[in-house]
Amino acid sequence: MKYGTPVVLTGLGAFLTLLAAAFAQDTLFAQHMGLICAVLAIATVVLLRMENFKTAPKSADLQLEYMDTVIRYGVIATAFWGVVGFLVGVVAASQLAWPELNFGPYLNFGRIRPLHTSAVIFAFGGTALVTAAFYIVQRTCRARLWGGGLPWFVFWGYQLFIFMAATGYLLGITQGKEYAEPEWYVDLWLTIVWVAFLLVFLGTIVKRKEPHIYVANWFFLSFIVTVAMLHVVNGLSMPVSLLGTKSYSAFAGVQDALTQWWYGHNAVGFFLTAGFLGMMYYFVPKQANRPIYSYRLSIIHFWGLIFLYIWAGPHHLHYTALPDWAQTLGMVFSVMLWMPSWGGMINGLMTLQGAWDKVRTDPVLRMMIISLAFYGMSTFEGPMMSIKTVNSLSHYTDWTIGHVHSGALGWNGMITFGALYFLTPRLWGRAQLYSPRMVNWHFWLATLGIVVYAAVMWVSGITQGLMWREYDAQGYLVYSFAESIEAMHPYYVMRVVGGLLYLAGAIVMAYNLTMTILGKVRDEEPFASESTFNPASDKPLAPAE
Amino acid sequence: MESTYQTMRTFADSWGLLYMVAIFLFVVFWTFRPGGKKHGEDAAQIPFKED
Repeated sequence: MKYGTPVVLTGLGAFLTLLAAAFAQDTLFAQHMGLICAVLAIATVVLLRMENFKTAPKSADLQLEYMDTVIRYGVIATAFWGVVGFLVGVVAASQLAWPELNFGPYLNFGRIRPLHTSAVIFAFGGTALVTAAFYIVQRTCRARLWGGGLPWFVFWGYQLFIFMAATGYLLGITQGKEYAEPEWYVDLWLTIVWVAFLLVFLGTIVKRKEPHIYVANWFFLSFIVTVAMLHVVNGLSMPVSLLGTKSYSAFAGVQDALTQWWYGHNAVGFFLTAGFLGMMYYFVPKQANRPIYSYRLSIIHFWGLIFLYIWAGPHHLHYTALPDWAQTLGMVFSVMLWMPSWGGMINGLMTLQGAWDKVRTDPVLRMMIISLAFYGMSTFEGPMMSIKTVNSLSHYTDWTIGHVHSGALGWNGMITFGALYFLTPRLWGRAQLYSPRMVNWHFWLATLGIVVYAAVMWVSGITQGLMWREYDAQGYLVYSFAESIEAMHPYYVMRVVGGLLYLAGAIVMAYNLTMTILGKVRDEEPFASESTFNPASDKPLAPAE
Repeated sequence: MESTYQTMRTFADSWGLLYMVAIFLFVVFWTFRPGGKKHGEDAAQIPFKED
């Protein structure tokens, strides 16, 4: 029985969720459990149909091969969630520009917005991180993943978490914490999956054949451990009923707010930064075929981030009930963070020292390099925005949204695209990508999309900030809030255009990856046009008669 | 009697701070120890060993 344990687990899960749906305390819980039950039941049937009841022949020693099938699934899932997440983002942006596009209750902006943020951060980014971590830890430890079938549990368990979160948002189930919207039972499920992820990763490191633990694994390990800590503490809550959706946070008032932003900002620091830096420290040297510029700088980068990031959260709560000293502390640590961030950026960029021509001839490497450029830009913009005087203008405006997107689309998105282009030919044993020229198209569509998006949000954000703080001679506000919304309309339309460009790039990528997996090669001019040398013509022309 | 909050805060911004700074300085100096450069250059080659 190859699928013995998973069949039992999914079958049992389907049965328990059916019971939960039947005895639910509220309708939403019943609907949500019904959906999860349906998915688990389908999974059980699929697994049973794939089952082969003959005793399996003695296979070759698996320890001599890397566990790559789960990584192939991860690559496909990452590309899929990317397209879905960007599409939902375009829908959300369109709803802001044209409110008629709110189709209630399931497709209101209020439900679409967390669907978008979670789809891009946790579905696209999270699946990319799990996939890359599994790939890189095996290669740099020179050992197969630990835990037998456990990596499969991590992959499918995480996909189930995404499904539970997404359907929950559309049904209207939320605990109202930004980037931590799923309710208590979804949080518990993610905790189980995350502990399994930690075990697989640690187990592989423990059984490594390479004496030194490569720095990419330091970043991945800190990402896994810290996210576990953040998720558990911020998720501490008491459900009203064991079979109901509603729960109440263990914290109240400003303590709750600070816990939330301690979580929220460190999700940026350890999920979107440390984890993706793990990808950077492996894929950039590999694609450039040169070791990292300075290994010691990468160690300083690591410890600098670890010691500084965790204190930066209070900058989300400037000018609130949070004590002044805590706000200042958050600001000071955010400004200090600039240093390790740029140390890391310089380290990545300088890896190309003496080989910058590769950026011209290798579009995949170019994608990774621009991700570092965006990492540098957003880690400069972030500390600047955390300064209280700047924040008094930028807070609650679209400037924040623009900042997040230059980081997420530019840094996280681009490094992930680079990783997908790196991984796909290797994992499927293809000599090259279907079309390097389409990578170039993707590069320019995505870059242009980000530039449009970020520039438009700067203008609209600063406009908002200035309109909100404009007083007349009598001390009255000059503009009503509705007037500031009206002024945003052209920018919101332009933002949709930026988003569409970025989405178009991702669709080009999905097509390119699909054709690569199918083993096709596009008939096109090679990307690097080598300059040709003809000795026969390398002489002066004969003098005229 | 001082509140628990005040006690913890005072501890955090004195001994706690010192402890964190000491560890941070230690790892920075450790990275730049004699021989650290050679060790780093060897470690940077790890991704290329598989080929």
